[in-house]
Amino acid sequence: MSHQPSAISHVTGRGLPLRGDDIDTDRIMPARFLRATSFEGLERHVFEDDRASAPAHPFNDARFAGATFLVVNRNFGCGSSREHAPQGLARAGIRGLIGESFSEIFQGNAAMLGIPCFAADRQAIDRLQTIIEHTPNLTIAARVDTGLITAGPLRITATLPAPLRDGFLSGQWNPTAMLLDRFDEVRVVAERLPYLNGF
Amino acid sequence: MRTLPSGQTQLFIGLHLIHEVTTPQAFDMLRQHGWRVAFPERTFGTVDHIVPTDSRRRPFVDLIAEEMTAALERNCRDFGIRLWGPEGAGSENQGIVHVIGPELGLTQPGMTIACGDSHTSTHGALGALAFGIGTSQVRDVLASQCLALDPLKVRRIDVNGSLAPGVYAKDVILTIIRRLGVQGGVGFAYEYGGTTVDRMTIEERMTICNMSIEGGARAGYVNPDDTTIDFLRGRRFAPAGEAFERAVAWWRSLASDRDAAYDDRVALDAASIEPTVTWGINPGQSVGVGERLPDAAGDDSVDEALAFMGFAAGSLIAGTPIDVAFIGSCTNGRLSDLEEAARVVRGHRVAPHVKALVVPGSQAVSREAEARGLDAVFRQAGFEWRGAGCSMCLGMNTDRLEGRQICASSSNRNFKGRQGSPTGRTLLMSPAMVAAAAIAGEVVDVRTMLEEMPV
Repeated sequence: MSHQPSAISHVTGRGLPLRGDDIDTDRIMPARFLRATSFEGLERHVFEDDRASAPAHPFNDARFAGATFLVVNRNFGCGSSREHAPQGLARAGIRGLIGESFSEIFQGNAAMLGIPCFAADRQAIDRLQTIIEHTPNLTIAARVDTGLITAGPLRITATLPAPLRDGFLSGQWNPTAMLLDRFDEVRVVAERLPYLNGF
Repeated sequence: MRTLPSGQTQLFIGLHLIHEVTTPQAFDMLRQHGWRVAFPERTFGTVDHIVPTDSRRRPFVDLIAEEMTAALERNCRDFGIRLWGPEGAGSENQGIVHVIGPELGLTQPGMTIACGDSHTSTHGALGALAFGIGTSQVRDVLASQCLALDPLKVRRIDVNGSLAPGVYAKDVILTIIRRLGVQGGVGFAYEYGGTTVDRMTIEERMTICNMSIEGGARAGYVNPDDTTIDFLRGRRFAPAGEAFERAVAWWRSLASDRDAAYDDRVALDAASIEPTVTWGINPGQSVGVGERLPDAAGDDSVDEALAFMGFAAGSLIAGTPIDVAFIGSCTNGRLSDLEEAARVVRGHRVAPHVKALVVPGSQAVSREAEARGLDAVFRQAGFEWRGAGCSMCLGMNTDRLEGRQICASSSNRNFKGRQGSPTGRTLLMSPAMVAAAAIAGEVVDVRTMLEEMPV
């Protein structure tokens, strides 16, 4: 969590397929685990309630333990802005998500942790989930620059929003330093704003 | 402000609101780096998510709530940020962050507003650009008063015509989300207009903007107009005297033109909107109170929702027994919400099997409601009258569903486990519909109760 992160050009590792649309951040990280002043230990509570209610939940499946990629469907991470959701996933070892689409706040929060969320069409995602379900040990490789994802015989072209993509490639995905870089200009803008200067 | 090397826009944040849940790690990161808060006078704090609504006596019985509140108090003290805490000086303004911002006149047209909470979209009701952020971004705003943001497209949503009696802003936004989908707004800000929205109060507009995020849109917005200006006049942090007149001129200049170009446009007929109730596990899964639930027909999302809720495909939502009734939240915890609910409740009793609670959105709302005798109306009917906070909207304090309870709720999310019990079930509806359900003990059409009332 340094403010001068390094470039992220690719992500490589095994996958964990998690099927379903509109999986919200309350499910990823139930609110009671936000009752703390640090993010430590959140990896233990990822999908805790879903896992308890479904023994076959992919996060309970030993074949997918140690996965680097989470492969999801549409509108993943909708709902609450809680960074605890991507924090929990990151601390559980997830370094990249591949899905049909992501909530913007979730995608932004993940980017701040150096986790790219690659988007591809439903058919491609279904193929990827299926191949991982059949071959959990398969190595998946995703390139940030081209969005090319390979998994055994499967090749998928995915996309990242251009600013996030460029941020990962240039190592500026965590923008605090960039925002502070020309702080004098921030003061100038503040002095121009009507509502900060008695209109 | 400028285009960053990343291609994103560096945006100055005019107002930053903070609460106890999404900020302690941000302050820790500031300390680690030795950063100061750049504009401490532009950040305001309150406690809302974990704050107890039964007793505010310190230390709280809930020790984690005490620890998190104490951490926010320490952080605000150390970094020179004004805090409206649960007790003592300043507590008169404590409340849900999205209720107190507008109430105090902090939220103003043309402002950029950020808060570590997705319902920050609420503030767009006053013509502000407001959106939720994560904790790392809270750190950025504290350190630099800026955010790196990607441009948003704008979808204009016009609602025209008159809402029938018993149909509220909540029904409008639930209908919009049902129609456009919970992912339909991803990449968009939603700008609301049309004759229905033009005639709405600021509180009603806040209900609509609040749930923009439930439609996938990070921000909601309504052009500032006479209603906005009248709302802000005289509020504590609004400009006063001649400055107010200068502000009005600037605010008026911000409104988008009649012929503005939008990335997309959608129109709704207000007369077609019914009292609306969610039946599933996301806010897009709703029906009019007189409608039947969808047939499963092999749709995975529908099947999953019906299974979780324990509802049969094609059944009626009306007549569904409830266990709990919750009136409150940043969506519907303001004075007008409590007044509408009280109008339904007056002279009735909560059904014996229902636990019913009213949680005002802020201490100011609570005081005003008490001055009007609403607390007595609710108490006499068998509701609990609580202190201000988020409460059972997300079950982070001790107000939680138990087991498989079904809650008629005026809040904003019906996600699995949202109200504090992993198997608990939520039916979202307007405060008046919650009041009606509390009395009937089951989901009913509030219009039938309103018809019985003397005009």
